[in-house]
Amino acid sequence: MPFGNTHNKFKMNYSAEQEFPDLSQHNNHMAKVLTLDMYAQLRDKETPSGFTLDDLIQTGVDNPGHPFIMTVGCVAGDEETYDVFKDLMDPVIEDRHGGYKPSDKHKTDLNAENLEGGDDLDPNYVLSSRVRTGRSIRGFCLPPHCSRGERRAIEQLSIEALDSLEGDLKGKYYALKNMTDEEQQQLIDDHFLFDKPVSPLLLASGMARDWPDARGIWHNDNKTFLVWVNEEDHLRVISMQKGGNMREVFTRFCTGLTKIEDLFKNRGHEFMWNEHLGYVLTCPSNLGTGLRAGVHVKLPNVSKHEKFGEILKRLRLQKRGTGGVDTAAVGGVFDISNADRLGFSEVELVQMVVDGVNLLVNMEKRLEAGEAINDLMPEQK
Amino acid sequence: MASSFTRILSSKRNVGILSLVGGSVAAGFLLHREHVTAGEPLRRRYPASAEYPDLRKHNNCMASSLTPAIYAKLCDKATPNGYTLDQAIQTGVDNPGHPFIKTVGLVAGDEESYEVFAELLDPVIKERHNGYDPRAMKHPTDLNASKIQSGVFDERYVLSSRVRTGRSIRGLSLPPACTRAERREVERVVVDALSGLKEDLTGKYYSLTLMTEQEQQQLIDDHFLFDKPVSPLLTCAGMARDWPDGRGIWHNNEKTFLIWINEEDHTRVISMEKGGNMKRVFERFCRGLKEVERLIQERGWEFMWNERLGYILTCPSNLGTGLRAGVHVKLPRLSKDPRFSKILDNLRLQKRGTGGVDTAAVGGVFDISNLDRLGQSEVQLVQTVIDGVNYLIECEKRLEKGQDIKVPAPIKQFK
Repeated sequence: MPFGNTHNKFKMNYSAEQEFPDLSQHNNHMAKVLTLDMYAQLRDKETPSGFTLDDLIQTGVDNPGHPFIMTVGCVAGDEETYDVFKDLMDPVIEDRHGGYKPSDKHKTDLNAENLEGGDDLDPNYVLSSRVRTGRSIRGFCLPPHCSRGERRAIEQLSIEALDSLEGDLKGKYYALKNMTDEEQQQLIDDHFLFDKPVSPLLLASGMARDWPDARGIWHNDNKTFLVWVNEEDHLRVISMQKGGNMREVFTRFCTGLTKIEDLFKNRGHEFMWNEHLGYVLTCPSNLGTGLRAGVHVKLPNVSKHEKFGEILKRLRLQKRGTGGVDTAAVGGVFDISNADRLGFSEVELVQMVVDGVNLLVNMEKRLEAGEAINDLMPEQK
Repeated sequence: MASSFTRILSSKRNVGILSLVGGSVAAGFLLHREHVTAGEPLRRRYPASAEYPDLRKHNNCMASSLTPAIYAKLCDKATPNGYTLDQAIQTGVDNPGHPFIKTVGLVAGDEESYEVFAELLDPVIKERHNGYDPRAMKHPTDLNASKIQSGVFDERYVLSSRVRTGRSIRGLSLPPACTRAERREVERVVVDALSGLKEDLTGKYYSLTLMTEQEQQQLIDDHFLFDKPVSPLLTCAGMARDWPDGRGIWHNNEKTFLIWINEEDHTRVISMEKGGNMKRVFERFCRGLKEVERLIQERGWEFMWNERLGYILTCPSNLGTGLRAGVHVKLPRLSKDPRFSKILDNLRLQKRGTGGVDTAAVGGVFDISNLDRLGQSEVQLVQTVIDGVNYLIECEKRLEKGQDIKVPAPIKQFK
C-alpha cells in the first residue's frame, strides 16, 4: 500500500533508529522477529513493483495484537515480497507454520482419488462440509498493493476464465458494484456475499482501497462452487454442500481448481506457486495449500470434555464458531477444520479432517451413551 | 538532529523545482525503480484510462472536479517527497459521500501537493470555499486581537467560547504521508517549543504512548483526550498509521489553551473557557499562536503559509485561517423558528450539536460557529461570529418577549 512510504529513498535521509516502529506493546509474529538491525538491513529494499518493508509491516504496527491470539502482522504486496524480504518472512513463516524451514519443500496434491473414505461422515452430526483455498495470478500485485488498473485486469481475467466453466460448474459472476437489490439479497440468503472488510488487520494493509471496484462473487448454478474475486486475495475458491460427503466436496474442489488453472494457462497466465512455499497468497498464514477444509458438526458432549482441546491439538484440528473465525459456537455446533496450511499436501490435510471428524463423532456417540472415550484418545499426528 | 533536517530542506527546494518543471521526467527520477533486476517483471503499467477511479456514485468535491483529462495529466506526477495523486484522492474514492453532505474527498500529503496537483486542488478549493480563486486572490492573515469589538456575550445564553485552528511545520510531510521519523520530529519540535511558554500559558505535554492511567482519565474528564480516528474519511487517508506513535496532547495548567499533536494535522491549537468572554479567548489564542511561532522560529523552523492559501493544512477545507470560532449557546425558541437556518446562512454561521461535528443539539443548546475559513482574516471571522451570536441572542430575547424577529441581510463573503 503506497501510503506514507511514498518514496522509500526519501526515508533513507532518516536513520533506522528514527524510523524504527515502537513495537513494545506488540504481540504478533512480525514484532517478535523484526529487530532494529533487521529493519536497518531491509529498509532500503523494494520489490520490482515498489513494495517496501514499511508497506509489509504496516498492518502489524497498527495492530499490536492480543495477548492470547498471535496474528501474523505482515502481508505480501507481490510474489517477490517473499524473496526480497525473506530475512523477515522466513522466521515469520517458521514460527507460524510449526517450524517450517527455508530449505523445506512443500508438496502439492490435488488428486482427490488419493483421499481415503470421506464420503460418509455421519449426517446426523455433520451438518455441512466445506473446502476453501486462495489463488494468486502471477505477474500481478496482491490486494495490499495493486493499482485499480491491475485489480480490474484480475477481475476481467477471472470472469473470462470462470465463464468458460461447464457442466455442474457452469455459473455466473456478480460484480459487487453492479448487483441488483434482488441479487444482493439472494447472495446474502445463500451466505455467499462478502462485504467490505471491517477488520483493522485487513484495512491497515490497504486491501480495501477503492471498494467495491473490481470485486465480485462468482458461483455455479448449483450453488456448490463459489469464487470470491479481489477480497483478501486475488481469488478465494470455495466448494461446499450440506451434509457429510466431504469426498464429493473435495473432488469438486480439485476438479474446479484444476479446470480454472487450465483456463488461466490457456490465456497465458499461471498461478503464483513455487516448490518451497506452495501457493503464494497475501497473508503468510495462507501459504502452501491455503486450504481450510472444515465441517459444521454437532459435538455438545465432546466439546464439554476436559480433554477436548488436547484431542483437537493431537488431531491437528482447530475449532471455530459457526460464524467462522472469531465467532462462538451455537447450540453445541462447531466448525472443525485443519490447523495447518503449509508442509502438508491438500490430500493430507483433508484426510486429517475426515479421520479426525470421524473420531470426534464416535466419541460424541460414546459420551451420549454414557460410555468412556479413553481408549479412543488419539496419538499426536 | 536539526542540521540533518535543514540539509533535507535545502535539497528539497531543488528537487521541488525539478518536479514542478520536469513533470513525468521528475516523477521517473523520484519514483525509484532501481531495484528491477534483469529478467524480473516490472510493475504492470496501465494507461490512465484504466486507472481512473469509478466516481459515478460519488458526491464529494474531488469527484466533481476530477475529470479523466485532469487525472491523465496528473497521475504520473509526484511531489518532492514522492506523494502522488492516487494517494491524495484515495479517501475520496473510498468514501463516496452522502447525498446531503458534500465532503472534500482529498487531502494533501505535504505543502507541495497544493502546487503539484493545483489543477485539481484549485477547483476543489474554489468549490469548497465559495468561489475563492487561489490563482487570483490573496488571503489576509490578521492575528491582532485588539481589533475585536465587544466580544463579551450575555452569559445567560452563552455557556462557553472556543477558537481552534491548525498549524503545520514547514519541511515535514503532513499526516497522510509522513514517515514515523517525520511524525516524531513534529512532536519533538512542537513539544520543545511549547516548553518555552510562560505565565498563564505554562503547561505540560502528555504523550499518548506514555501517559499513565490517571493522566488519561483526567484528560477524558476534561474533555481533552482525542482518540484514534474512527471516521473512514480520515483512516482511508492514512493519517492513523502507527497510532499512537508520536501523538499527544499539551495543555496549560489553567486548561484554557490546548494543543493536539499529530492527529489530523501536525498541530491543532485550541483556546477555550466557560462563559461568554470570546474576546479574551481570542486574545489568548493569538498571543499563544504568536508565541509558539516565535519559539519554533528560534529553533530554525516555520509554519507552512503562503499568501494564496494562508496557513496550509491537511484538508483543503481548513486552508486560510483554519479557524473555527464558536460558542455553546442556548437558543430554545429561535432554533424552533422556521427562519433559523436562513438567519444563520445570512450571518455566515453554522450550527452543530454540542458534541461537535455530526452530533445533535441537546436541550436547545447549539454550537454556533463561522462557516468560512479562507478569504477572510482571523479577526474578520471572529468578529463575524461575535456580531452574529449577538444578533441571535437578541432574536432569542425578542421571542421570549413575544416580539417578532427579522432575518438580517446577507453579509458579504470576501471582505
